[in-house]
Amino acid sequence: MLKTSLILLTIALFALLAADIEVLTLDPWRELGRLTLGFFTPDFLAVWNFKEALLNTIVFAFCGTSLGILLGTILAFKFELTAVRLFAAFVRSIHEIFWVLLFLPVFGLNAFCGVLAIAVPYAGIFAKVYAEIIQESEARPRDLVPVGTSGVSLFFYAVLPVVWNDLKQYTAYRFECALRSSTVLGFIGLPTLGFHLETAFSEGLYSQAGALLLLFYLLVSSLRWWLKPKFVVLFSILSWSVLPLTTQFSWENMIRFFSWEIVPWPLRRDGFFAGTGEVSWNLNAVSEWFVKLLNEEIFWGVINTLILTQIALVGSAVIALVLFPTVSQHFSTKLLRQVSHLQLIVLRSTPEYLLAYIFILLWGPSMLPAIIAISLHNGAILAFLIGRHSNLINLCHGFPKRRLDRYFFEILPRIYGSFLAFLFYRWEVILRESAILGILGVATLGFYIDSGFAEEKLDVAFVLLLVTALLNLTVDHISQRTRKHLHLSNETSSI
Amino acid sequence: MIHYLFGQIFGVVFYGILFLLGQTLVTNTALAQPLVFTAIPDQDTERLQERFNKVAVYLQEKLAIEVIYIPVKTYSASIAAFKNNAVQLAWFGGLSGVQARLAVPGSQAIALGEEDLNFVSYFIAHTSTGITEAATLPDNLAGRTFTFGSKGSTSGRLMPEYFLRQHFEKTPSQIFRRVGFSGNHSKSLQLVQSGSYELGVLNYKVWEAELAAGKINLKKVRIIWKSPSYPDYNWSIRGDVDKIWGIGFLEKVKSVLLAITDKEILQAFPRKKFVAADNKLFIPILKTAQNIGIIRK
Repeated sequence: MLKTSLILLTIALFALLAADIEVLTLDPWRELGRLTLGFFTPDFLAVWNFKEALLNTIVFAFCGTSLGILLGTILAFKFELTAVRLFAAFVRSIHEIFWVLLFLPVFGLNAFCGVLAIAVPYAGIFAKVYAEIIQESEARPRDLVPVGTSGVSLFFYAVLPVVWNDLKQYTAYRFECALRSSTVLGFIGLPTLGFHLETAFSEGLYSQAGALLLLFYLLVSSLRWWLKPKFVVLFSILSWSVLPLTTQFSWENMIRFFSWEIVPWPLRRDGFFAGTGEVSWNLNAVSEWFVKLLNEEIFWGVINTLILTQIALVGSAVIALVLFPTVSQHFSTKLLRQVSHLQLIVLRSTPEYLLAYIFILLWGPSMLPAIIAISLHNGAILAFLIGRHSNLINLCHGFPKRRLDRYFFEILPRIYGSFLAFLFYRWEVILRESAILGILGVATLGFYIDSGFAEEKLDVAFVLLLVTALLNLTVDHISQRTRKHLHLSNETSSI
Repeated sequence: MIHYLFGQIFGVVFYGILFLLGQTLVTNTALAQPLVFTAIPDQDTERLQERFNKVAVYLQEKLAIEVIYIPVKTYSASIAAFKNNAVQLAWFGGLSGVQARLAVPGSQAIALGEEDLNFVSYFIAHTSTGITEAATLPDNLAGRTFTFGSKGSTSGRLMPEYFLRQHFEKTPSQIFRRVGFSGNHSKSLQLVQSGSYELGVLNYKVWEAELAAGKINLKKVRIIWKSPSYPDYNWSIRGDVDKIWGIGFLEKVKSVLLAITDKEILQAFPRKKFVAADNKLFIPILKTAQNIGIIRK
């Protein structure tokens, strides 16, 4: 484990040498003053103007999650099929924001686009986690049912009751994620809270931004009071009924997208200018087109994404190791723990996209703001998890009295395995976030994908999306192999 | 117990509010198909709704059908909306108009601002660079940081990039140490004024409007070059609108736009008046976009 940690650290240090971490603004702290002032003087009068955005944020989250649960459950039943596993892994390897960019040309910018962008990756996630929960659950009730029992009865009487609590907990957690996703989708143009957050931040209306953020925190932190399992079905039905589905679904757009717009340009060039829309087979031209794309965009996008990922991975680890004692009973008083806990919740529930957006505002679009945003967000999550984990430890007799000794010689060695396991789980998430932050101007894959969509080169954007997904699957695979190799605990991936 | 009751009450109240809000949304959707239009989010994105709602009210009155403006966040979203028939009319930039009309056969540019016939970009610099205004692009721009507006902007990206390539015979990323895309014209101005970027470029109309509004500190940012002129912003409409609202609808929209004399509406753009346009007018924009590879040839 020490060796693995040192390898990760070395890679990150080399990546740091190659990374672009310049502070670009002449006076990096000037905006920070105004921003802080804005947060302490939130403009709650403006909030009333955002009531529809607030409603949309909730409605998109609930429609997206409920559709995700439905599709994910269906996939979970067939999860032993390789094709299903690959499909689920593929759809969840693409970030919600990328899904919006992809659905936008097909469905237009409307509610349907937003709901699908949440539902599709969530279906992949639900499929995997539900299947894992069922697989790891107590098998004895299943073995005890009489031979000849139908699959349906078996499921409802011997499987579901056993796993119900785990499913419920994980699903509730996903609702919280969906609220975050739904908010962030506004940055791309969907009518959720993020739409107004983006405007407020970019126009420097920080009091408005402050009010919107407080509204968002209120929404997320009040979840446990109003998100009751018995209400969820009613709630989802209500959400679907108010979903503003004003634009009709158009097969024409769908067909045009798949049979024309994502076809490599050299194949449709002649048909485009002749106005016939015919595809001409010229494979040489396609390979030339691809090689050019590889040299000019894919290569640099992948390199920069990996550089950012590896630095942010170690960054998250460092922040987690520094912060977790503040929520651990072995190091902190109850009061300090409660304050720190709140701090971690704020960091955890602030979407990393939003954090990066704010830091880029302060320091300009280099890799530095992206590194800090991803590290803070993921570091807070890890700190929370290992802090909680450390509270389960009973100190042995004669434990070190000095806190520093206790940290290094008692607690850290005992939690390090789970810490690494958690960290490796986050690896793939961090990669997804690194890619997406390209949209904000950092030169990762997202930058090139965004350019492809902005310049109406959907074929290019599509190839880049596939590359992003592939990269994600590769890292996920390496992470699994490493965890197995190190015999790290295989707790649920529901983090 | 109290906790449980509190949860129940909270839940019921919450769902009640949601239901009422939902009702208002549902009743807002009218029966006859409304004309929906959008505009590229080229500046001061907070005021978009305010600017274009005036236009919507005017069009609704003159066309005698419901007219709705929907705001978008990006240039490409406005093109996608036009392509998918989510909007039938749009206020595009030169480039976004060309891209949208290429994607929707039969669509037409019907009007443009008088000023759009001869539109200009201003290259600007933070005063700490010491660069002053010149008749040609100054050579000492090389090696500095530079920001365009949106990736899909005509006056904030396409034409400036074309002039830069012509002068330096290099791509922007070869000329400058760092190239950014601010997203819109006001943002580019703000970034150069604050020193986040040393250089930038924006649409001259936005510069003039922000100057008049007192938002520009000439001690911090100055114009260093004014570009030659080119055609820019335009109203474009889908060719199939006559099928929905009857023959002659397209011409009617055109004449209604050309007839705008209300200062307050024109100020929203800001333009002196609208004049007739056609697709041919924008061939130079298409050629330039193909020349630098934004539209492929």
